[in-house]
Amino acid sequence: MILGRAHKFGDNIDTDAIIPARHLNTHDPAELAKHVMEDADPHFVNKMKVNDIIVAGENFGCGSSREHAPIAIKAAGISAVIAKSFARIFYRNAINIGLPIFESKEAVDGIKEGDEVEIELTIGEIRNVTTKKNYRSAPFPPFMQQIIKAGGLIEYVRRKLNG
Amino acid sequence: MAMTITEKILAAHCGKDRVNPGELINAKIDLVLGNDITAPPAIKEFERIGVNRVFDKDKVALVPDHFTPNKDIKSAGQVKMMREFARKYNITNFFEIGCVGIEHALLPELGLALPGDLIIGADSHTCTYGALGAFSTGVGSTDMAAAMATGEVWLKVPETIKFIYKGKLNKWVEGKDLILYTIGKIGVDGARYMAMEFTGEAIKHLSMDQRFTMANMAIEAGGKNGIIEPDDIAIKYIKDVMKRNNIKRNYTLYKSDPDAKYAKVIEYDCGDIEPQVAFPSLPSNTKPISKVGNVKLDQVVIGSCTNGRIEDMRTAAKILKGRKKHKDLRVIILPATQMVVKQMVKEGLMDIFINAQCAVSTPTCGPCLGGHMGVLAEGEHAIATTNRNFVGRMGHPKSEVYLSNVAIAAASAILGRIGSPEEI
Repeated sequence: MILGRAHKFGDNIDTDAIIPARHLNTHDPAELAKHVMEDADPHFVNKMKVNDIIVAGENFGCGSSREHAPIAIKAAGISAVIAKSFARIFYRNAINIGLPIFESKEAVDGIKEGDEVEIELTIGEIRNVTTKKNYRSAPFPPFMQQIIKAGGLIEYVRRKLNG
Repeated sequence: MAMTITEKILAAHCGKDRVNPGELINAKIDLVLGNDITAPPAIKEFERIGVNRVFDKDKVALVPDHFTPNKDIKSAGQVKMMREFARKYNITNFFEIGCVGIEHALLPELGLALPGDLIIGADSHTCTYGALGAFSTGVGSTDMAAAMATGEVWLKVPETIKFIYKGKLNKWVEGKDLILYTIGKIGVDGARYMAMEFTGEAIKHLSMDQRFTMANMAIEAGGKNGIIEPDDIAIKYIKDVMKRNNIKRNYTLYKSDPDAKYAKVIEYDCGDIEPQVAFPSLPSNTKPISKVGNVKLDQVVIGSCTNGRIEDMRTAAKILKGRKKHKDLRVIILPATQMVVKQMVKEGLMDIFINAQCAVSTPTCGPCLGGHMGVLAEGEHAIATTNRNFVGRMGHPKSEVYLSNVAIAAASAILGRIGSPEEI
């Protein structure tokens, strides 16, 4: 179960906005976390609290394949991202590294900046605590659920290879 | 049952007779690549898996092209990590400074991407190799790590949009304009999760360099891959590459069946397509050159994995020959590989650029992603032949990037504002 305050963003938030390339001379998660969402909102790191949730529009995470984007979000303490849709590479990167992501147009439209949001991770149920409205996210295919359950792709592959 | 070229390649790599859009498959890969930004986290993850070898030392490519020659101490550390990993696992295709080029220009040039291959890369522009009739797509570092260990990747079979480009290209129109026009029409998520198959009369006459440009930018429409059926032009390119690099490997030419199923078929008449300029801050924010208005520039960048090949250099030189760049701006030219540089010297293009007061760089991604070699200050405007114009892409978050083809960028360098070679 996740509980946090919502931070809203628009459509097409690209990975350059999530973590600008000027910070990519490192892959240290703690270092990346200091600059998360910097070019979408320079004050984001100061506004957000651990467990908060990013709520965004269409095509979240478009652009570069940099896994540093979901890593920065996760390392900053953001507990989940809800979006109307995700760009393809960001989607698989988030699953692979174990950043919880949820797709729901209704939830995004029904959540305002600062609302308290609760997510039941296993069933993908999103509850806007502020407005007392519930939303369902699109379920993950069984194969992806296995990766999520294993705690990410590396753990999944490690178990598979080591029997 | 009929299949598209993308479906055929995916089916062949997962041992099935056919695959259907939406199906999740575990596919064997012919090549996995990473660069100096994405490979270091992949290496860290790879070491966690606990295997003592990569699946095939010849099928991993490590290309330190983004911040190289190393721009600072941290970047040098990232490349050092790649170098040590390459040595530890005897990886054949690690490219040291002096041999390295921009990954998506370098690997085809060396014959490491061939028709019918399935290639994944920890770089979003890995889709470039679709120009050769390969399936190639960008992934993240963790996928790269898993692929280095297993030689496999999980993929969802994409639906395909077929694009038909009818008629002939107008003057100064390049492959870049076809793809910018397309992205302008369908939007930056218009092909999200989908294969983009480029077909039609105009594509048949397009050179390989321009086909690479088109496939390269499939990701800017959210595409999983961009692909062009290999024809005589592609086969000639491949034969030359294989001869030059003494490559004996077999390759397979796939074609879409005439009755293959497409999610959509979109036709464009090339007679309607002028050179395109993508305004800040999305590649889909396009205008034809005739509607651009007066946009003053501080910098012009010609090069990148999108437009840094020899034909691009020739186009730029044709326009810049005997002229000087405008006094109020800088011009940075980034040939994509050492082979391109060598050819530029041979053809006298270097002289033309230097006489035109352009700075010519060693191959690097450099300023394309705001790395180094021409980062923009607050409030500056640049036109670039690169692929992205997101907020802060080439430097300060309050700088702005316009995207165009090479001819427009070169003409703009002379004019000091965005303009066409027709105005010179």
